[in-house]
Amino acid sequence: MEQVIMNQLGYPILSTVIFLPVFGALLILLNRRSWELLTKWIALGTGIATFLLSAPLFTNFDMSTHKMQFAERHIWIPDWNINYFLGVDGISVLFVLLSTLTAIVCVLISWDSIKTKVKEFYIAILLTTSFMIGVFCSLDFFLFYLFWEAMLIPMFLIIGVWGGPNRIYAAIKFFLYTLVGSVLMLVGIIVLYLYSGKTFNILEMMTMTYPLTMQMWLFWAFFAAFAVKVPMWPVHTWLPDAHTEAPTAGSVILAAVLIKMGAYGFLRFSLPLLPEASRAMTPVMLTLSVIGIIYGAVICLAQTDLKRLIAYSSVSHMGFVTLGIFALNIQGLEGGVLQMLNHGVVTGALFLSVGIVYDRTHTRKIADYGGLASVMPIYSSFFMVFTLAAIGLPATNGFIGEFLILLGGFTASKLAGVLASTGIIIGAGYMLWLYQRIFFMETNKKVVGLPDMNVRETISLIPMLLLVFWIGVYPNSFLGFLHASVQHLLERVNTGGIQEANIAKAIVEVVR
Amino acid sequence: MTLQIPDLSPMMPELLMTALALIVLLLDLLIRKKEVIALISMAGVALVAFYLFGPKGTAFGNMFISDGYSTFFKLIFVVNVILSVLISIKYIAVEGVNYGEYYALILFSTIGMMIMASAGDLIVLYLGLELMALSTYVLAGFIRHDIKSNEAALKYFLLGAFSSAFLLYGISLVYGLTGATDLRGIAAFINERGLNENFSLLLSVIFLTVAFGFKIAAAPFHMWAPDVYEGAPTSITAFMSVGPKAAGFAVLGRVFMIAFASVKVDWAHILIPLSILTMAVGNIVALSQTNIKRMLAYSSIAHAGYALLGIITANNEGLASVMNYLMIYAFMNIGAFAVIVMLRSEGFKGESIYDYEGLSKTHPLAAVLMLIFMFSLTGIPPTAGFIGKLYVFMSAINAGYTWLVVVAVIFSAISAYFYLRVVMYMYMREPKETVKLTTSFSNGIALGITAVAVLFIGIMPSYLLDLAKAAIKGF
Repeated sequence: MEQVIMNQLGYPILSTVIFLPVFGALLILLNRRSWELLTKWIALGTGIATFLLSAPLFTNFDMSTHKMQFAERHIWIPDWNINYFLGVDGISVLFVLLSTLTAIVCVLISWDSIKTKVKEFYIAILLTTSFMIGVFCSLDFFLFYLFWEAMLIPMFLIIGVWGGPNRIYAAIKFFLYTLVGSVLMLVGIIVLYLYSGKTFNILEMMTMTYPLTMQMWLFWAFFAAFAVKVPMWPVHTWLPDAHTEAPTAGSVILAAVLIKMGAYGFLRFSLPLLPEASRAMTPVMLTLSVIGIIYGAVICLAQTDLKRLIAYSSVSHMGFVTLGIFALNIQGLEGGVLQMLNHGVVTGALFLSVGIVYDRTHTRKIADYGGLASVMPIYSSFFMVFTLAAIGLPATNGFIGEFLILLGGFTASKLAGVLASTGIIIGAGYMLWLYQRIFFMETNKKVVGLPDMNVRETISLIPMLLLVFWIGVYPNSFLGFLHASVQHLLERVNTGGIQEANIAKAIVEVVR
Repeated sequence: MTLQIPDLSPMMPELLMTALALIVLLLDLLIRKKEVIALISMAGVALVAFYLFGPKGTAFGNMFISDGYSTFFKLIFVVNVILSVLISIKYIAVEGVNYGEYYALILFSTIGMMIMASAGDLIVLYLGLELMALSTYVLAGFIRHDIKSNEAALKYFLLGAFSSAFLLYGISLVYGLTGATDLRGIAAFINERGLNENFSLLLSVIFLTVAFGFKIAAAPFHMWAPDVYEGAPTSITAFMSVGPKAAGFAVLGRVFMIAFASVKVDWAHILIPLSILTMAVGNIVALSQTNIKRMLAYSSIAHAGYALLGIITANNEGLASVMNYLMIYAFMNIGAFAVIVMLRSEGFKGESIYDYEGLSKTHPLAAVLMLIFMFSLTGIPPTAGFIGKLYVFMSAINAGYTWLVVVAVIFSAISAYFYLRVVMYMYMREPKETVKLTTSFSNGIALGITAVAVLFIGIMPSYLLDLAKAAIKGF
């Protein structure tokens, strides 16, 4: 295969990174229930080991090529021509790293706050991590779907077992929403599989051209799965519930990695497999993105619940991501991918921060806070940084991402660019207002005398803080990963040369 | 005139099974410990399984066909009978109906299924079907002192007899039209005389669909299933949710694919609405069930709907996918019943889904096993249920029924709700009262086998797929 560079390291790095958490989960399973501390240390050790083992992905990555790297390939189910086929390119490699980092942070932040069914909790966290990494590494559609769906099981349990008061409703809503989307994608996958001569190999599928009518149908089948995960307006309604009710670690996983999988799906599958349909659907997708940006931001202004506010801000921020992706130009796409990473870091960090005070006060109501800056000074400075990053202040990572996206957005459609910019203004409004209500004003009786962050909590926030500034000041060390892959992706999307008239005809056909 | 003894080697498994059933019936008089009888039954069935891979061929002038297709179904029946016996041993003692006939009846019923799978002639088919059905009627009413069990048996018997009448009516119509009862003869006659458009033939196809639809519990012929599943002893519910259903599919596949091969269009058009209705009724009504056996009854209806997709494709790939599906269904469904059986203890029914509240706290292992089976029944990877569904959907799309598959996946997503509800009760509610589990070694083995099979097939499906593909070769 010329499209892949097989793994050159001494060990199968991707398999190791995927299955080490599973191994850790098995160790915890064998551990005695009463030895909770050992359980936590196994989880933490597994997380750190996974992260360290994934580090070569960052250092040994060849930025000059769009080809899949660190590839592994084994025959798995020959009857259906399914291979165990892994590999990463510039688009996916960063998310693998983000996932391994998130796992550590999640274990750290749950250390004291999870008190029931400790064993099961860490098993669920590790399994989720494993499946998430699997999603980003799979180059076989079947394998991808396997990880994509399998991840629902531990995530369902994390929300439903350890979540807030309304957790069961949120968990079931989350599960059903994503399942409906996924099964429709499954139909799409099977159609592709049969059409492309019975192969699940994504790279082989990408070399083919599919009839336009079929592309349209498939686009919407994939849209069902990916848009729900992103989540795009109007299928976002599971997100506020799931985010709000999930335990801190669950919210962090959701925000940092899980909802990235939807945008990643668009990048990895919808655009290169269905280029003509993607081009034809750009207006629709841009519209939905802009609605998401503004709608999410406006709704944020009305929230009284801390976590719910950040959840809705995710809808807004992910609107930027899809806007960048469907701008279909180099700035937009790179900005979109970078903003996915940024959003993972910043929103993940915000959820972590909320978790830290929630552990102390057990309330998520904004009205229950106030004057926290004098009570928890270190905490408030951390929160300030993340707030500013969420707003997109220059020198933080949010600025780079949003700037690139708007640049791309303006090129694609001036109106979309202008409207999206208002989202940033409203964003500054709700975030600063939130900061004011929580950290300034009169000190609320409920927060008097709260201890500031302890070492464990600080350690879990520091990597996020570093990333905020690293990406903000020197984005090239991350954008460098993207150039070749994004360029290649754009070439794929923009070739095909079907005339506009044909596209219009196909749309009419589909509508009919 | 010399009397020729026909070559019986193709039907060696059936003969052995019959001998075994008779021996078990006799031993019941001599052995007081019924567990021994159970062990003998299982050992005998294992021997039968060994002979399944013996010589293939036909006997009695094509009336009895032993081929890969039938062998695969017999393998399902063997799995079914062994797992059902394993979960029965302790359970029927708890129910206070520890009689030896129980095992003999299970074996007789299995012989019936095996004959159905091998039937090359409508008369033989009827013979097998009645043997299976009559034994199952008795088993459904095995808890004599329980009014619900009695009701189940009576209901099953009356409706079953009714469906048999349909079957016979259908057979007689076919015979009247073609003068043949053997499947290839019927097909040949239809082709020869161009009877494809014949109204009576269509009528007989409809009658046969009704009869087989009853056995596989397809809507609208499913009315018996919920009551019978609920009333029958739980181990028997497990047994008949898999066995008779698989046997029904075996005959459905063979009769429709061979005898009515030339009227494919007609019966596919009958089966499509049938399968949609079956999925709809099964999945939607299951949403509101609070009795777990009743819920699984509706789930079993729904699964018949999915499996029907494979028959609708009317090609070998479709049949292979159905066979694969049924094998997987045997493991995951009996696995779920093995957990349900454990909840039954002296003076405690354990059939309401509220009894599962907080099970993960009191009995984490049982809860995690139930979780696996529930997700497998939903069809979430990496469990076997996903592989089963995927294969069926794949073959249906390949045959051009993409829209039907879209309907099926939507219903499949709906089904997630009621399976998840069990998981939700187990994991997300606090236990109200401590539920005592009736554990036993044999039930543990059944749980072990089913759980390992569900996960193994989910991750490494190649072996089963190969088996199903090899079985369908030359069908």
